[in-house]
Amino acid sequence: MQDIKLKATEKRGLHELEAGKDLLGWDEVTQGSILPSFEGDASNIAHLKQEERDYSHYNSYTATVASWRVVKPVFNMDVCIDCQNCWVWCPDTSIISRDKQMLGIDYDHCKGCEVCVEVCPTNPKSLLMFNEHEDIENALSQWPEKKKKEKK
Amino acid sequence: MAITSVKNLKEFSTANDRFEGAHTLCPGCAHSMIVRELMNCTDDNLVIGTNTGCLEVSTAVYPFTSWDTSWIHIGFENAASAIGGAEAMHKARKRKGTLSDNDAPVKFVAFGGDGATFDIGFQWMSGAFERGHDFTYICLDNENYANTGGQRSSATPIGATTSTAQAGKHSYGKKEKKKDIVSIMAAHGAPYVAQLAPNKWKSMAKGFQKALETEGPCFINTVSPCCTEWKFEPKDTISITDLATDSLMFPIYEIIDGHELNILYRPKNVLKVEDYLAAQGRYKHLFKPEYRHVIDEIQKGVDDYWEMLQRREEARV
Repeated sequence: MQDIKLKATEKRGLHELEAGKDLLGWDEVTQGSILPSFEGDASNIAHLKQEERDYSHYNSYTATVASWRVVKPVFNMDVCIDCQNCWVWCPDTSIISRDKQMLGIDYDHCKGCEVCVEVCPTNPKSLLMFNEHEDIENALSQWPEKKKKEKK
Repeated sequence: MAITSVKNLKEFSTANDRFEGAHTLCPGCAHSMIVRELMNCTDDNLVIGTNTGCLEVSTAVYPFTSWDTSWIHIGFENAASAIGGAEAMHKARKRKGTLSDNDAPVKFVAFGGDGATFDIGFQWMSGAFERGHDFTYICLDNENYANTGGQRSSATPIGATTSTAQAGKHSYGKKEKKKDIVSIMAAHGAPYVAQLAPNKWKSMAKGFQKALETEGPCFINTVSPCCTEWKFEPKDTISITDLATDSLMFPIYEIIDGHELNILYRPKNVLKVEDYLAAQGRYKHLFKPEYRHVIDEIQKGVDDYWEMLQRREEARV
């Protein structure tokens, strides 16, 4: 359930390596420049989901900041109540939410800021931070039990 | 205008994001939460201008752009006049019928940090408001020039340490009070002026929609906690905003037509500003005995302002 593969993800990461080849360097750029975000017509973008859009290689959707991260959030679908708190407060558009359901985390754009874990209201939390190298299956197996309310 | 339903978060989450990831804002930055929310709360085409600042340098790192809409950056100060010009051109071309799609709804939005809004771009923004362009100006208020290393701006509150107003043996940081930008913009006679915070997503989305729907220049000041310069952990962005709104350091309110003031959020338990100050590294020095009086001064300023807001809400003037 963790490996949600979006169609456009195939484009990712390719551009970063090839950036210098066919584009101008920083000292050759003219004073004004236009970067088209999409290939072709983009008038209907607000009605298309990310996987349905035809991103151009100038769009930062095709780039990745995964290397910024030292800890990563892991999503446990069994505990999630689809409240979408993580979606509304994710600063990096990294929560994949479709048709009112939380599907997973976009690890190409997540910077590991932990905001989603903080705002998660479930008990136990359905998002928790693990080390970047931690295997997801392994992380899910060590999920904490439900905490009992402390009696006052 | 096609607006996204903000009745509850589930319905809001069906909006298709038009602000892409892999921008280079710091982890946990509130700027992108605010920008995402603005772009998700409407389906209309957006034309966005951005003043120089964190948002601009991080979302347009050549050869990448994070914006799925028309977006322009020119200078530090002139997002308001650039967007004003674009709006005037759109109006003229619509009248002449030379647009490719004459009926497509277009909204004009300008973003600026607090440096660009309170200091450097103030004249340009004030001019655009006087001319009455139909656009929305959104200030992302993180209370310093975070992009260039945290210098003081006129939005920095009293007592905060910044790289150019440092706290130490002889100083408690910035000595001047913060500009009351919301009242200044309301005094321009703008049809809609508000101060909103990202932790109250619903009032923020409704405020954005109201500003986009309203014809004429609208101003919104949004609180944008800066984990780098306010010195807190990135994960605490939302809880710091909670403290800011609950301690009334950032009251959430709107002013319609320059006189009709509505308070949009009244905290059930009003916290002391001390709780808000203690959560951030930039106020750490105020808890030394010799600078305690600054905390009292801040508390008094906050109380007086809240009193003023309540009276204005009642008096409708």
